[in-house]
Amino acid sequence: MNMNKKKAWIYLLPAVLFLALFLVYPLIDVFVYSVEEGYNFASQTYFGTGLYNFSYVLHDPFFLQAVKNTFILVIITVPLSTGLALLISAGLSSVRPLRDLFQTVYFLPYVTNTLAVGLVFMILFQKTEYTDGLVNLMLSWFGAGPVDFIDGPYWAKMFVLCFYTIWIVMPFKILVLTSALASVNQDYYRAARVDGTPRFRVFTKITLPMISPMIFYLVITGFIGAFKAYSDAVALFGTDLNAAGMNTIVGYVYDMLYGDSGGYPSYASAAAVILFAIVLTITCINLLVSRKKIEY
Amino acid sequence: MVSQAEYKKTEKAAARRNKVCRILTYAGLAIWAVIVLFPFYWMLLTSVKSYGAYNAEHIPAFFTMAPTLQNYTDAFTQVPLVDYLLNTLIFSVITTVLMVAVSVLAAYAFARLEFRGKNLVFTLFLSMMMIPSELVVITNFVTVTNLDLRNTFTGLVLPSVTSVFYIYLLKENFEQVPDELYRAAKVDGTSDLKYLWKVMVPICRPTIITVTILKIIECWNSYVWPRLVTDDPAYYLVSNGIQEIRENGFGRENVPAMMAAVVVISVPLIILFLVFRRKIMEGVSRGGMKG
Amino acid sequence: MKIVLEKLTKTFPGRGRKARNDVTAVDNFSCEIPDGELIALLGPSGCGKSTTLNLLCGLEQPTSGKIFFGDEDITDLPPELRGVGMVFQNYALYPHLTVKQNILFPLENLKRKDRPSREEMMKRAMETARLVQIEELMERKPRELSGGQQQRVAIARALVKMPRVLLLDEPLSNLDARLRLQTREEIRKIQKETGITTVFVTHDQDEAMSISDRIAVMRSGVLMQMGKPQEVYDNPSNLFVAKFLGTPPINVFEGRVREGLLYIGEEAVLSVAGTTDQDVWVGIRPEGFILKEDGPMTCELKRVEVMGRDISIISANKACTGQTLRSIIDAEMKVDTSSSQVHFALKPGKVFLFHRETEERISF
Repeated sequence: MNMNKKKAWIYLLPAVLFLALFLVYPLIDVFVYSVEEGYNFASQTYFGTGLYNFSYVLHDPFFLQAVKNTFILVIITVPLSTGLALLISAGLSSVRPLRDLFQTVYFLPYVTNTLAVGLVFMILFQKTEYTDGLVNLMLSWFGAGPVDFIDGPYWAKMFVLCFYTIWIVMPFKILVLTSALASVNQDYYRAARVDGTPRFRVFTKITLPMISPMIFYLVITGFIGAFKAYSDAVALFGTDLNAAGMNTIVGYVYDMLYGDSGGYPSYASAAAVILFAIVLTITCINLLVSRKKIEY
Repeated sequence: MVSQAEYKKTEKAAARRNKVCRILTYAGLAIWAVIVLFPFYWMLLTSVKSYGAYNAEHIPAFFTMAPTLQNYTDAFTQVPLVDYLLNTLIFSVITTVLMVAVSVLAAYAFARLEFRGKNLVFTLFLSMMMIPSELVVITNFVTVTNLDLRNTFTGLVLPSVTSVFYIYLLKENFEQVPDELYRAAKVDGTSDLKYLWKVMVPICRPTIITVTILKIIECWNSYVWPRLVTDDPAYYLVSNGIQEIRENGFGRENVPAMMAAVVVISVPLIILFLVFRRKIMEGVSRGGMKG
Repeated sequence: MKIVLEKLTKTFPGRGRKARNDVTAVDNFSCEIPDGELIALLGPSGCGKSTTLNLLCGLEQPTSGKIFFGDEDITDLPPELRGVGMVFQNYALYPHLTVKQNILFPLENLKRKDRPSREEMMKRAMETARLVQIEELMERKPRELSGGQQQRVAIARALVKMPRVLLLDEPLSNLDARLRLQTREEIRKIQKETGITTVFVTHDQDEAMSISDRIAVMRSGVLMQMGKPQEVYDNPSNLFVAKFLGTPPINVFEGRVREGLLYIGEEAVLSVAGTTDQDVWVGIRPEGFILKEDGPMTCELKRVEVMGRDISIISANKACTGQTLRSIIDAEMKVDTSSSQVHFALKPGKVFLFHRETEERISF
């Protein structure tokens, strides 16, 4: 028995080592970093402990801009993508022919490199000296003037960012919702038909409540994912996000850590801890709301 | 009750409404399919337009009469695209192999072996799924820098190996293998490791394959960590490579060549997806998340 | 409401495009169900009884044939215009709605002009709830109820629309044995009180025999026989019905008729005067045997099971299609267990002859 016990730990050892070294230790360490004031990367020394790092970050206009961008991105993309995914999944499960084809096509963005396809989106939306770009061509069909979506006004850039983010997150949501819809017992729909329930009422009174746990799951993971947005922004606007005014909180963390601002792990840690606190709060609120709403 | 004639009328109306509904559904589905597919079409199209033709188009053309493969030659010769691809391949293979090995061992311990505190340890493992990678990346970066592992494959691979979710997925699958097999093997004097290798792994191969593919996709697309620990282009992965190409590769305006590079790095994953479509979609719907 | 089915046929397309792969679930089904009766559709699984029910409620459209409720042809009507209430095998109660909301659901579906006022709807829901005795459960969610209670809610939801016809799909199969007995009495009582013509599907012959006014036995989509339970039991019109009804099941022998005598093996066991000479199947109910020293039928005694009121004699006979045959006799009778043989005489009313090929009943 004793032999067996040891053996189990040997099997677990690699996983435990990796997790301890690259997940648990860093988790604790990031909180330590975040309160070490004036940490110097080269000499690995610091002046003292305190909350100065947080105060610095919270007063940094770049950080505030990043927070604002992230919040706008979250508020726009999470409801829109979830609603759109719901619409598409409902449509998808109401048809038979071509369903497999549509499903395959819809999943494609999941397996593409965010950076690579982001470049295509940039080309589509960009306005240069040579050409107004494809999207502007389409806008002109409706009589709208050319807008530079990549280097132009803030809301144009935000629009592209939201659009691309939704494009990226849709496959996962559609997939989850179609499988949720498929798992609803058909007898409920048969019972509803015997009672002559109108189509819209079937959807709102039966389908939606039945898949509501999955919708809430998607909303929660959607919030978490959107708060961590970064590579989509880099893909569209390049690595210097601060200059483009399109930085996100995660982007700020990385820029602080390494990049144009030079290495400030303390500030990065403080920003990461703030992000973590925001995500945790939102997730808790989500869970509380969902516990009230999902009643079975 | 309703008279026949009256009913016939309502039925006709209902049939018409059904048809309209169906057409609208297909139209909506088709619109989203176009939105999804269009960027892929555009990158393919642009990648075969010649440099001169592309820059001469003030109004973008939706097709080209003179496709050329020149851009692909440029992509492979003017920028180290092959190096990026090779780096990514090496990185993906090493990381995935290590991850699968570590995860299979751990999942086996949780599913089959008995030891004190197993439930506690497993709960701790599960709670680690909640730790956001953004939080731990900072220290990992410092650790790797201090160990002088920047711009090495070791530095790239090590923090990417851990995957609590895949351990969980494998454990669930391992537990479905009936106990009798284990007892029978024990009676025959099979060692645990041999049992794992000869019985468990073959039985659970579908899940292991799913996990492997998902991890490969993750590796192929990883951007943040490689960007932090590599600043030497010799170690760039495709994501960083594409960013590098964009910022100072062909000169900013050679869009067709950039698109050719994008096509080259997108194609392997799309092929992988089309081959393992069912496995990937099933694995993802079981809780895989991007990032 | 009288229900008439006229040559009802339903074919489902099979695999591939060829017509010969099509599956005929219901085949030329004609019958008449009198107003206010409780009818059991009985048959082994896959015999088309559930499809028949779906055709009645309109979830499926027949390939050919007609359905009448009273004098009205409702073949082409959608479910909601037929005025049917349906109880599903797993009840299909909406898990997110309370019992009250579940019962109100069908009423709220009605078009505005047909919909009763809120108070009226509440009143009807309460009345129905009282009928099935679930008034005190109105605010609960389905998952907080026992199987039997869920069943009643499902019946209440079907009844609240005041349907012309009530349809029940295997209503008792999800309940445990004790509850099943109790609930079937309950269903019978509710049906009698409301007087609604009711059709229910089951594969359990006890269930069908005990509560229905009539049973309709089906086999691979074809109606084999329909009638009062006792009539069908006493007068099966073919071998399938004879075998399907009755516990313990009927004993079947290879036999032949020669010059007005029925032979099983080499023994003439019964006089069947007036029947032409032919090979037949002989069905003998377990209670059709009389233990008699000089009885004409000889069997090899295997064992005796004492069951209190009566005893079962398990014996073997070469002509029997089963390995053993079972006869039930009064416990008063003494069986000589030391003997290796046992002799029976037969009660003519419990012996049925069937044609060897068509398996149709031959009367004698």
